[in-house]
Parts: sequence; C-alpha cells; structure tokens
Amino acid sequence: MRVTIITFPGSNCDRDVSVAIKKITGKNPSNIWHQENEVPNCDLIILPGGFSYGDYLRCGAVAAHSPVMKEVKNHAARGGAVLGICNGFQILLEAKLLEGALIRNSGLKFVCKQVALKINKQINSPFLHHFKQNDIIHLPIAHNEGNYFADSETLKKIEDKGLVALRYHTSSDGNSFNPNGSINNIAAILSDNGKVLGMMPHPERYVDNELGGLDGFEFLKSTLEQLS
Amino acid sequence: MKFKINIFLKKGVLDPEGKAIENALLNNGYNKVNNVRVGKTISLNIKSDIKSDALEQVTLMCKEMLVNNVIEDFEIVPSEEDK
Repeated sequence: MRVTIITFPGSNCDRDVSVAIKKITGKNPSNIWHQENEVPNCDLIILPGGFSYGDYLRCGAVAAHSPVMKEVKNHAARGGAVLGICNGFQILLEAKLLEGALIRNSGLKFVCKQVALKINKQINSPFLHHFKQNDIIHLPIAHNEGNYFADSETLKKIEDKGLVALRYHTSSDGNSFNPNGSINNIAAILSDNGKVLGMMPHPERYVDNELGGLDGFEFLKSTLEQLS
Repeated sequence: MKFKINIFLKKGVLDPEGKAIENALLNNGYNKVNNVRVGKTISLNIKSDIKSDALEQVTLMCKEMLVNNVIEDFEIVPSEEDK
C-alpha cells in the first residue's frame, strides 16, 4: 500500500494524515512538496487540510495551479485514487477534478465540531466499499468555506449519477443538521469513476478513541484495504 | 497595459458578506438600500502595447485561474491610470 501526501504552503493537516496512515499500515507514506513535478508511483494521493496560500484568491485556487497538480491530474486520469480532505476538497474543485464549488458557510462563522454523516453508497468506490447505504459515521469538521454549491444542472447530474458520498445528518445526540448551508446537505462528493473523493470532514482526526472516536480510522483503513 | 478585473459572486450565489453589510446599513437608517453585493478587484499590468493581445491574455487568465465560473462573474476594465 503506497500513499503519497502532498504538502502545500499553508497545509496543516499533512502530518496528522501521515500519523494516521502510519498507524493503519505500519508504513510511512511519502510526503512531497507541491513544487515537485513527479509523484512517486502510488495507490492513493491525499491532499490534506489547511490553508494553502493563506486562502488567497479563493480557497484552494492557487494550490490547484501548483506544479504537482499536473501529476495529480495524470494519476486521476489513469484511474488512480485521490482523496482531498477539507482544503484538499477545495483544491480538487478548483482543479476541476470534481464539480461544484465550496463557498462561505451560510452562518458566517468558522465551524469546528463533530458531525453525524450519512453514507450515500450508490456507485462502486473504494472509499465506500466498507459501508452500507445510510450507515451513520461521526467525524469532526473545521472550516469556514464548506458550503457546497453547484448550479441546478450540475447538482441534478451529481445526484442522478449518485456521486454524493456523505451528507450531514441529524444525530440522536443533537448535533446540528447541515452546519454550513451546503446544498442538499452535501459533505463529500465523488468523481464519475468513484476514485476521486473530496470531503469536508477530517477522518485523520478520528483515529484514536482518546481524540474523539475511531470512525476516521475505519474509513481510512477500509479505503486502504480496497486500494492495496 | 493596465487592467482592472472586477469579480462578483453570481446572482443566486449566497453572498453573506453583502447580506451582513446590507443589514448593517438598514439598521443605520439607510432604509432604501438593497441588493448589496461584495466583490473584489484585481489590478494588473500586461507588458504589451497591443490592446487585443493584452485583453486576450487577461481574459484567459480570468477563465483559467482568477475567476471560478461556478460561482463568479467578471468584467475586465482597461485601467484609467494607463491614459
């Protein structure tokens, strides 16, 4: 199982993702700088969370034009798996590897909390293989621009193709429904082939019970098992 | 040649900053105000004297990077400072 994690200037979850991957696989992932023109041959590329380029221009917009992104696009075009978490999701959208955009939270506030998420498993994807339709998992979110938006035509296409992977869900312990105003409560979407996933929640932060839960561990572990 | 690029969120895309400012204006007695939208301006210079070439480059950079056409509209204005 070979995982490559890309660090952009301003990424701040790259180390957390590395620690999570090491904990699951026992092996260190490759960490590369965004200026690289080559990506090591790997099964999964992860774009971590953070504030690449200080969120200048638009979140993820400058990072999406980094030299390394050409290789990320080639990897995706070959059918390789790519996971973008939080700012990584924003970068995938700006790079046009996924459709739509993430805009300012409707409540105008940075939201940092645990949310309940409902699995939407309509297509084959290594990221969802482990789960059943409508399973509920809990993961933390921490973002200011997580309000998913797409025009009605694009949204219809995404829904018709079953590309929504996760939706915010009201849980029994009172976590609020839709923390950011996302259209159709969307928290994560997939590419047509199910191999590129962008998600606002942070699975790497829930890999230890001491830190809040193990749903992120299960999510990442099952994904890595599918891809190896 | 100098240009200014005005970028605004598309109609129908939530503009919470514009909304917050509009509410503040209304609260301050400007009761005829509506449709407050907040955008941004990028000014830049193209090292070329051929207007059509320069404009083509600016348009291309808007489409490829400066503007996200999912959520934003833009207009390119040749800058006054150039005259």
